[in-house]
Order: sequence, then C-alpha cells, then structure tokens
Amino acid sequence: MATRHDTAAPPAKEGGAAPGRPPAVPTEAEQRRRARLSRRWQRDLRWSPYAFVSPFFLLFIAFGLFPLVYTAWASLHTVELTAPTDMEWAGLRNYTRIFDDDFFWNAAKNTLTIGIISTVPQLLMAMGLAHILNYKLRASTFYRVVMLAPYATSIAAASLVFVLLFGRDYGMINWALHFVGIDAIDWQNDKWPSQIAVSSIVIWRWTGYNALIYLAAMQAIPQDLYESAALDGANRWQQFFHVTLPQLRPTILFTVVVSTIGASQVFGEPLLFDANKGASGGAEHQFQTLGLYLYEQGWVNQHLGRASAIAWTMFLILIVIGIVNYVISRRLRASS
Amino acid sequence: MRARTRTAHRAVALAAVTALGAGLLAGCADDGGDKSGSSSDSGGSGKTTISLGLFGTFGFKEAGLYAEYEKLHPNIKITENVTERNENYYPALVNHLTTGSGLQDIQGVEVGNIAEVVGTQAAKLTDLSKVSGVNKSDFLDWKWAQATTKDGQTIGLGTDVGPMAVCYRKDLFQAAGLPTDRTEVGKLWSGDWSKLVSVGERYQKKAPKGTTFWDSPGGLLNAVLSSEKEKFYDSSGKVIYKTNPAVKSAFDLTADAAKKGLVGAQTQFQPTWDQTIANVKFAAMACPPWMLGYIKGKSKADAKGKWDVAVAPKSGNWGGSFLTVPKTGKHVKEAQELAAWLTAPAQQAKLFKVQGSFPSAQTAYNSPEVTGAKNEMTGDAPIGTIFGEAAKSSPVQIIGPKDQIIQQGLTDNGVILVTKGKSAEEAWNTATKTIDNNLEK
Repeated sequence: MATRHDTAAPPAKEGGAAPGRPPAVPTEAEQRRRARLSRRWQRDLRWSPYAFVSPFFLLFIAFGLFPLVYTAWASLHTVELTAPTDMEWAGLRNYTRIFDDDFFWNAAKNTLTIGIISTVPQLLMAMGLAHILNYKLRASTFYRVVMLAPYATSIAAASLVFVLLFGRDYGMINWALHFVGIDAIDWQNDKWPSQIAVSSIVIWRWTGYNALIYLAAMQAIPQDLYESAALDGANRWQQFFHVTLPQLRPTILFTVVVSTIGASQVFGEPLLFDANKGASGGAEHQFQTLGLYLYEQGWVNQHLGRASAIAWTMFLILIVIGIVNYVISRRLRASS
Repeated sequence: MRARTRTAHRAVALAAVTALGAGLLAGCADDGGDKSGSSSDSGGSGKTTISLGLFGTFGFKEAGLYAEYEKLHPNIKITENVTERNENYYPALVNHLTTGSGLQDIQGVEVGNIAEVVGTQAAKLTDLSKVSGVNKSDFLDWKWAQATTKDGQTIGLGTDVGPMAVCYRKDLFQAAGLPTDRTEVGKLWSGDWSKLVSVGERYQKKAPKGTTFWDSPGGLLNAVLSSEKEKFYDSSGKVIYKTNPAVKSAFDLTADAAKKGLVGAQTQFQPTWDQTIANVKFAAMACPPWMLGYIKGKSKADAKGKWDVAVAPKSGNWGGSFLTVPKTGKHVKEAQELAAWLTAPAQQAKLFKVQGSFPSAQTAYNSPEVTGAKNEMTGDAPIGTIFGEAAKSSPVQIIGPKDQIIQQGLTDNGVILVTKGKSAEEAWNTATKTIDNNLEK
C-alpha cells in the first residue's frame, strides 16, 4: 500500500484555517457553461487516452494484424506472387503437404542444430566475458563498447567477411588450420562445417550483446552478498556459483528466451553465407533454415500460398517453444 | 570567454541543423521530382519527364544517349532509377506490375524473366511493335520472338544480347601444348561440346599446376544449354527438363568433365570465382561480349592481351535485356518513342562501342562501331565479327517462365556436387528433387 497522505490534516494556508467565503450562486447561463465544460472534460478524460494510444494500434492493424490475417487467408489458397489477387481455394493442402515436405523438415532440423550450436556457446561465453568485465578494469568502458561493436555491424557486411574467412581455397581459417596439420575443410559444402560456420557468425554478433545484459544484471547484485560470502570463506569461484549465478537466474532466462526466438528465425547469416547467393542454404540444403526456406518459397519461387502456410507453421512452432520456456521458467522459479 | 564559446557552439549547432535540414529537404525534393516525373509534367520548365527503371548497368547514360535524346527533343527530360542487382529489381517490378503502382515510364526486364513477364504481365504493358521507328526486321528474330505474346503483342524491345564464344588464355594453352591461334582453337571443338571436353582432357594432361581447363561446372552447363533450342520447356509451355535428352546429356557431359577434374569447383560471379580469374586458375570459359569487361575488372594488370576469343562449339546466347512500357504511365506515347529510339540500331551500335553491350539489332552488325571493335584483353581479336556471327546463328530458344529456377537448381544443387565427390546420379537426384519442389505451386 502506498504511503497515506490523508492521515494528517493539510497545513493551513495563509489567512488561517477559517473557511473561505462561500461561493456565489452561479447564474443559469454560467451553470450551463460549466455543465458543458464538465461534459467536455469528462469526454476528454474518457476518450483522450484512446486517442493517444491509437497511433500504435492503427499502425499495428495496418502492418501487423492485416498481414497476419492476409497470410492466414493466402495460406488456404494456391496463389502466386505474380498474381496475388488470383486465388484458388486449396483448403488445408498447403499445411498437410508440409508433413511430407522433406525440405521443410530438413530446414527445421537445421534450424534446431544451428540454434543449439550458436546459442549455447554464445551464452556461456557471454557469461564468462561479463564476469571478467565485472572486475575492476582499466578502461572498462572501452572494452564494453568494443564488445558491442559486432552487434552494431550490419549482418550483411559481417557475413561477407566470414564468407571470405571460411573460403575453402583462399580462406584465412583453412590457411591457419594447415599450420596445425588439418587439411582444408570445405566450410561451404559439408554439413557440420557449414553449420558451424553459420553459427560462428551468429555467435560473433550476439555474444557481446548478451555479455552486456549479464554485466548489467551482475552490477545490480548487492555487494554485501559477496561480502558475507567472503566472510563465510567462499573463494571467487564459489562466489560466482553460489551468489552470482542464482542472482542472475531471471536474466539468464530472459536471454535464453530471446536467443531461442532469435535462433528460430535465423535468416540473414545463412542467406549471405551461401556461395550461390541463393536461398537453398547450400548445394544440399545443408544449412537451410526455416526462415530461408520460407523466403525461398515466397520470394524466389513466388509461391505465396505455400510461403504463408510455412510462416504460420513457424508461428505455431514459436508459440510451442514459448510455452515450453514458460513452463520451464515457472518450474525453476518454484524450485528456487 | 565562456559566453563566446557558447555562442560558437550554438552557431555550429545551428549550422549543422541547417545543413542537415537543407539536405533532407533536398532529398525530399529529389524524391518528389522522381515520383511526380512519372505522373505529371514537372512544373516550371514545362518539360515532360520520362523515367526509366533499370537494373545493373544498361549504360544508356554512360554512353551519352540521354543527353543526345534531350537535345533532339527539347521538351523531354530523362531520369533513371537504377537497382544494382536484378535479384532485387525483378521481385519489386513484379509487385509493382501486379498492383499497378510505383512503375516508371519505361521498365527494363532481364532475358531470364522475360518469359514470365510475357506470360503473366502482358496485360499491364503496351504493345511496342507498331510504335513509329520500331522495325521488326532490325532485330534478331529470336530476340523479337522472346518478348512477343501468343496473340502477337510485342511488349519488350531488345537492348542487347549475349552471343557466346569461348575466351581462353593463350599462355596456358601454349603451356599445355595446345594451339593458340583462334581459328585453330575453334576447329578443335567445332560443332560438338563433347569435343570441347576432350580438348579439356588434352589440356589437363600437361596443364600448368593448379589450373583447370574450364572455369566452373555451372559455366559449362550454361554454355551447353544456351546453344539448345529446347531446354526446360517445350513450345506448348510444358515443363520438360527432366525428360528432355538435351538437358540430361548436358548435365552428364558437365558431370563427366567435373569428375575428371577439368572444371574448377567454383560458382560463377562469387568472390572465390573472381579470385580464380585474378590468379589465373583456369584456361577457358564461355564468354559473351559483356564477359570481357568482367574479366578485365577482375584481372591483374598483366593479363592484358593474354586472352583470345574463339568460336564456341555451337552458337548460343547468354544474357541480354528488354525495355517495356507499362500502360499506367502518364506519358505512354513519349515513353514508347524513347524506348524505340534507345533500342534502334544506331543507338545499340553506340552502346556497344562505349559499354560492350552487344546489339540485339542485327542491322547494327555491319556498322563500323561493331565490325571494327577491338578489346584490350584479347589483343586484336575481331570481336565484333566473332560475336556477330554467333548472334546470327544462335537458335531461337524457347524460354519458359521458371527457366532461372530450373537452371539454378541444375547448377547450384546439381553439377556443383560432382566437384565435391558426389556421383552424377546423386547430383541429378538432388537437383531434380529441389527443382520439382520449387516448381510446385
């Protein structure tokens, strides 16, 4: 409950606590005027907030809700991008065929594996970096800004550089590997190397971002927790495990949720990593993600109906992931 | 002192804001100009503005054609709106055509997309065949036919074509014990692509270390397919790529060459492929005239004059564009006249001289700009006549709406796999499965 301000009498104004002059009885015209004003005032009070929030909702209807409804409608039709008004009813055909669409399930599998090999190391590294940055460092602001630099770089520019680094014949990574006796790896065309390469772009880009989130959370942990832990004889490592990590639990959950959503929508990195600049995710679709497959069907092959069905299926998958995340976080919260 | 710095700061800030505001306003004014240009007479000067929507480098502006036309027609002003890559340009064009808004007065279309535009968007475009100054006989028959609908409307005028020859490195051919004279080289493989592959085998036996005979599997497949009359669609518009023996044999020929290590494991127009040009890693490639400029751009300075051009085993075409005039424009008549003028033989010859875009107007082939053309990458090779012959003898190829998707599948999900150790059969299966999935609506 908020602090009560009404328990004490208000201090008397200048002129003492005596009641003021009773107001003169207003004329009829004045009363009408007041009533009108008051009605206006009430209308204003009642409707203005809606007017203030309306821009967002109008934009949302135009750019959020309408596309959502339109794609749902389009997903039930056979419709091509070359003639979007020329729709032919297909019922649930676009959805049912997803079940035996090898390319969809291949993309789903790739999205999952790329998601795991990019998210897990990324969050672990971010945690480590944040822990180091949390020590007293000279020029700590500099390090923090540097960590955020990859995030500020455009995916396009970063991916192009990574494509060159991961080149099979002239790439710097293979050149470095041959010094330690590892033969040239075909980062483009072999399944796992290509997925690792795509993940490395994601890791490079998001590690610093997550590290800063962890760092902010770490700095909010009260210092006396560490002091009392130190008094109990806990060393730095034990402090990290028994003070920092439990205190960071909500933040970790947040980053996991955000990264999972990000990972299920990975698109730019595999698109630009493809040597063919196509959307097939490599010659054998070895790193085609769901986002890429959706793009391929919709914009390369111009099958608007199929692409809409894929988009909705992805949306449903995301909802499932969201629910799983929610359940896990509730369990964790209950157990702590 | 303090007060002064503050005023100084304020002055700087004010200047910055003014500059920024002016820039923004200027930007707005530019945009407005472009947009209103297509919908209304731009006020004041009383001139009619014709805008062109193009992709890549058409080179009209660079060749001074706009300036010339504006001088001939003082009431016309020409602006162009160029998108770098056709992959970005074409989907936007399709969207604009289907919604009937956002179109420029003249829109360029790439040859790979022309069939789809003719098949699905012809109703939105004007028939250019009866515009004054347009002569059907000026153009190559097959180029004219590609932009003509079944009921006889010609919705696009050809700008350039890509008659194909073979460019080869004289020094590498010599090192491998092959002839270097262009007529002799042409005779080595005359008439049959499989002869070219056997020349490749001869090359590879004595090849300088680290080089391959041909640039890439996609390049070879494209070259062979480009010289076929029928490839992915038959004349009735049915998809026949899987059953057409010409496609399978082109695929197998390429796969065979890849298996034998005669082609590099690259994809064309990617940075790593560019590096193989710069580092002289292959001896020959299919090359239309525009490729000479590309080679020049990617080569080191010492490559000048080391290339030569020989006739391809069979004539084919690779690349080329069209100009179309949408019906929604406010100045359709003026736009049609401009499109006709830009694609007239005289202008195409000028464009070839400056830009290397090879004319699609066959009457230009006798003009001195074309017959006398030389190219510094290929020494004194008479490229005008070599490419002119190839253009005239190219087959009237049937182009289907999804040609690009099919060929991309055969290349990127097909023959490239053979260079990674897959069998031709596996590569064919991956390619056809991908293509079928992509074609299914």
